[in-house]
Amino acid sequence: MDKVTAGIDLFRNKRVASVIRFSGLFGIALLVFAVVLLVFGKNPIRAYVDIFSATLGSSYGFSEVLVKMIPLALTALAVAIPSRIWLINVGGEGQLFIGALFATWGAINFSNLPAWLFLPWISILGFLGGGLWASISGFLRAKGWASETISTLLMNYVAILLVNFFVFGPWKDPESANYPQSIPFPDAAILPSFFGSRVHLGAVLAIVGLILFHFVLSRTRWGLEMRAIGINQEAARRNGISTYRYIILLMFIGGGMAGLAGMGEVSAIHGQLRPSLSPGLGYTGFLISWMAMGNPLGIVAAAFLISVITAGGDILQMTHRIPGAAVHILMALVLFVVLARRAGKVGGK
Amino acid sequence: MIGSFLISILSGAIHSGAPLLYATLAEAVGERVGIVNLGLEGVMLMGAVVGFTTTVQTGNPVLGILAGALAGGLFNMVFGFLVITRRANQLASGLALMFCGVGLSALIGASYIGSRIQGLNEIQIPFLSTIPFIGRAFFNYDILVYLVIPIAVLVWWFLFRTRWGLSLRAVGENPTAAFAAGKNPHRLQYQALFIAGILGGIAGAHLSLAVAKTWAEWMTAGRGFIAVALVIFSKWHPLRAIAGALLFGGAISLQLQMQARGVPVSSFLLDMLPYVLSLAVLAIWGGTRRQAAPGSLGRVFQGTE
Repeated sequence: MDKVTAGIDLFRNKRVASVIRFSGLFGIALLVFAVVLLVFGKNPIRAYVDIFSATLGSSYGFSEVLVKMIPLALTALAVAIPSRIWLINVGGEGQLFIGALFATWGAINFSNLPAWLFLPWISILGFLGGGLWASISGFLRAKGWASETISTLLMNYVAILLVNFFVFGPWKDPESANYPQSIPFPDAAILPSFFGSRVHLGAVLAIVGLILFHFVLSRTRWGLEMRAIGINQEAARRNGISTYRYIILLMFIGGGMAGLAGMGEVSAIHGQLRPSLSPGLGYTGFLISWMAMGNPLGIVAAAFLISVITAGGDILQMTHRIPGAAVHILMALVLFVVLARRAGKVGGK
Repeated sequence: MIGSFLISILSGAIHSGAPLLYATLAEAVGERVGIVNLGLEGVMLMGAVVGFTTTVQTGNPVLGILAGALAGGLFNMVFGFLVITRRANQLASGLALMFCGVGLSALIGASYIGSRIQGLNEIQIPFLSTIPFIGRAFFNYDILVYLVIPIAVLVWWFLFRTRWGLSLRAVGENPTAAFAAGKNPHRLQYQALFIAGILGGIAGAHLSLAVAKTWAEWMTAGRGFIAVALVIFSKWHPLRAIAGALLFGGAISLQLQMQARGVPVSSFLLDMLPYVLSLAVLAIWGGTRRQAAPGSLGRVFQGTE
């Protein structure tokens, strides 16, 4: 028992220290991005003030940051969960698309279900879609046939093409003229939002996911077994833990999280399936999980930071005539300093 | 009818395959030295935007190619610093590099959106280009298309027939052993990544100078990632990459041709073929335990101190 409490204390101290260290690194990234803006003849101080006031300075701006956080927290979980046993899931993007695809199928075809069942059914379909998609990679890995890193990456394209196939073909809304998109979801298939903002029920799913993840890891036998596999796969196997089962299961749950992200985006944000569903949410989720080192609270913090930055991109585009994509530089700089700083200490893969 | 269809598909495959092949060679050189670069997309975008802006400014597309190649090489050094000197995680660094390239190229190219250039002209090969049917289809490309196969052979020759290539592959297989044999893994990795960056920059410049002849944000549209898949498909071999790039290029070209002719088969399903094929190839080769991947791929060389 002493060991456990000591572990928690250490965790706390580490957390404080890491927050301080991270703030310093973030400062460096802000400084470098300011220089970049100066080089291109823009005023960095006004840009930063505008980003800050438009995202954190108003309740509307803040709610939009939260809206952006929802899919990012879920896709980060999609990476963090399998990473517990050193599986590298780069397929969040594809799993998100398949989740959206399954959810759309449900929304279009089951609108006669009773209301209390309809939304849960769509959510389950989203989870299943992403989960099954990811477990193909899990299966290939468990069998020792293909590395999950490569197979998840390849399957992203297949997933995106599959969604394109449906929205350009069988599911195309006949009334949408030339826009490739599905018919709009029935009202009962739209995830409810809170407080008159666009923050939707997906937020609750993300929070529940994060809490469950933390709880399972720290309080259950499964968490212990996962840690055992993570530390020494061979030793775990000889102690009767089925690594085969864990590989497929964790890929399934991780993929399911990304699938939920996709379900949330189609159901609450777009209201129909579109090929432009995700601006790289799966890849951003990978980076967030990496920054947070798979820690649930860290995921919330990193997703918040990245959401503020991407929301800031819209502001720069509107008020400073800077391309919105330019904030990707700031995001990348934050990652660069974190990567360059951490790597010297923690080695390995 | 069928003949002209096939010819236009093949000619299109060569056209769309060329930038893919440059990108695949770039990724292959990096992976041969043990480094996976998911940021190739960003490197290509830098090559595309710098190549394009240079061409607009100077009116000389050859200068544009050179500038794009140099930009790609230098930009890849950022990645090199992270994964070689700072020993950072390669996948995360690569994705971060991709985002950086997307943003930086958007910023550089912002005032050039919509500008048009004459770009790289097609060069018709005397006599051959006058052959009926196939002449115009196969001997009427820009200079970078003609150069791509010789460059692939050159990359193969450097990697497999020179001492330098041998050291490079040795580092990719086992950096510690290479170090013990008197090589300098870090220097070799930097050299390989610089060359990879140059090739990636050329791939991007080819897109903006010859294929699209304009600049648009994120115009590479995932080709950098396709190259990663192609390297696996071609088993990390520059010559097999030629066939791979033709196949992927063929899928793109088939899609365009079928769209143009109104064939009611979904092009998206056809487009999946190369990826599914790569996955199948990977699983089959992985299943037989004859992995062709470089031994230290993706791992960090911790040094020997």
